[in-house]
Amino acid sequence: MNKKIALWGILILAFALLPLFIKSNYLLGVLIVIGLYTIIVIGLGILMGYAGQVSFGHAAFFGMGSYTVAVLTTACHWPTIPALIASLILPGLVAAIIGGPTLKLRELYLALATLAFGILVHILFNELKGITGGPSGMTGIPYLSIGGLVFDRDIKFYYLVWVTVLLVSLAVHNLIHSRMGRAMRAIRESEHASETSGIDTAGLKLQAFVFSAVLAGLAGGLYAFYVTFVSPSPFGFHTSVQFVLMAVVGGLGTFWGPLLGAGLVVALGEVLRWAIPLVIPGAGGEYQIIFFGIILMLIMVIKPEGLGAITDLFKKPRVEEVQ
Amino acid sequence: MLLEINALTKHFGGVAAVKDVSFNVREGEIFALIGPNGAGKTTVFNLITGVLAPDTGTMVFMGRPLAGMKPHRIAAMGLTRTFQNLQLFGRMSVLENVMAGAHLKGKTGFLKSLARWPGSVAENKMIERDALKLLKEVGLEDQAGLYAAALPFGQQRLLEIARSMASNPRLVLLDEPAAGLNSAETKILAGYLKHLREQGKSMVLVEHDMETVMEVADRIMVLNFGESIGEGTPEVIQADPKVIKAYLGEDDQVA
Ligand SMILES: Nc1ncnc2c1ncn2[C@@H]1O[C@H](COP(=O)(O)OP(=O)(O)OP(=O)(O)O)[C@@H](O)[C@H]1O
Ligand SMILES: [Mg+2]
Repeated sequence: MNKKIALWGILILAFALLPLFIKSNYLLGVLIVIGLYTIIVIGLGILMGYAGQVSFGHAAFFGMGSYTVAVLTTACHWPTIPALIASLILPGLVAAIIGGPTLKLRELYLALATLAFGILVHILFNELKGITGGPSGMTGIPYLSIGGLVFDRDIKFYYLVWVTVLLVSLAVHNLIHSRMGRAMRAIRESEHASETSGIDTAGLKLQAFVFSAVLAGLAGGLYAFYVTFVSPSPFGFHTSVQFVLMAVVGGLGTFWGPLLGAGLVVALGEVLRWAIPLVIPGAGGEYQIIFFGIILMLIMVIKPEGLGAITDLFKKPRVEEVQ
Repeated sequence: MLLEINALTKHFGGVAAVKDVSFNVREGEIFALIGPNGAGKTTVFNLITGVLAPDTGTMVFMGRPLAGMKPHRIAAMGLTRTFQNLQLFGRMSVLENVMAGAHLKGKTGFLKSLARWPGSVAENKMIERDALKLLKEVGLEDQAGLYAAALPFGQQRLLEIARSMASNPRLVLLDEPAAGLNSAETKILAGYLKHLREQGKSMVLVEHDMETVMEVADRIMVLNFGESIGEGTPEVIQADPKVIKAYLGEDDQVA
């Protein structure tokens, strides 16, 4: 227990002090994006790792959060806090509506349905020009202001995002160790046995889906306040795939998985963006996907449980204790 | 009457797995359902617990019809079960299996779980205490921290029964609880079932081990090719020529 608290303390301290050593705004920006993606992957990890459902459409909820903030703060002149709150609620509502019929589908069909949903929403971002501004997007989003505090610089945003990551992590830690978390893990192990234990498996899966959409919306809302400009391009199909990749690479059903997965995939994406043109002149972003594919395959072969499972090495092997 | 099953029928394709089956289960009794492999016993359980929908027939539990209800709603009414092919939560601890089985005892929802609501912590403590008590009853308290999948088979069966009891149900359907147990474990099981009946639990027992059935059952119904071919006390069933021919005659392991 004490060791755990010490580990948390060191990590929090490290994240708090990190900006003091980072002089480049580019690196700070990368860390902010990692934090935002971590929030999304935490939710996706709950959905995939605990409720056993996959979604290839979470970039849509991410985008809905961003557009909610953009539209409400610019066209509707809402204050920033209510707009941020709305960026959680709207994706959650949409997830609640589409989740009912969608989550009844099994594996591949669920993957396809969420994929189609993600593509549809992305098309809407492009086509609903009257609301979203179409492909050129929307500008003029104000800075987020909480109390008198205006988040007008990257360093402030860095702290805002990582404090949010911390709070979301604590909430999810609570969830996993609670009655509902136990029920979700039970569903993953046996749906029949869960039902006869009185667990509403369909209802709980829907709640996990809505929760993951709310987190994606939150990240989207924060993202809009960070870049103060939204356009459809960050919310496409490849972003959804990256989220799933982060969840899987990090390790499903592990506590540190989302952070590790988001960190690794974002960092790797940045390195590849710089390195690939050196090797293959004129190569575009599509090569990244190939490399990500190779990495995903390697992880699946070498450590199918994902990076987050590394912490298992420090745990007592309970399975072997028997006899 | 606790459970009233009336003219239950279920076809798979053209085959009648359950045909016009009727029986009642009284409060506080162990009602055994026996019959050769493929007789339709597990299918009857799947119909009662809402896993499958019957073609025709009615099922009434504590005066309320079960038709169209989802399994978790039926569980909430006080009717749980075990599975012939164990359905444990393998990668959860033995203790957590029973605590998950006690899901209905708690009220903490998703949002309160996220916030670690004060009441939810106390509730969890209560569920854990009750679960440990149940584990003690089946002799698994020393294994509480192990993964369920790591238990030997016999103990897995006992764990599943403990889990099915965790929500404090009125009626439990047990599907071949003695399958795979050695004779010592079977003795413990029979003792436990009788102990549960003394506590006022009602049970429907599907079991191939005739010694156990004859020892613990109050009444027995025999299924053959989906149809009931006899019902009565163990003494009556053991003496019924039809039953002996259909079941006892066919199945060597029974002798
Ligand atoms: N879901 C299903 N789909 C198709 N056929 C099924 C299904 N479930 C059971 N059956 C068939 O229904 C018949 C009754 O099966 P059931 O499992 O109820 O028998 P049982 O009495 O439990 O047998 P056992 O003693 O072997 O467990 C069998 O012929 C079986 O093949
Ligand atoms: Mg059976």
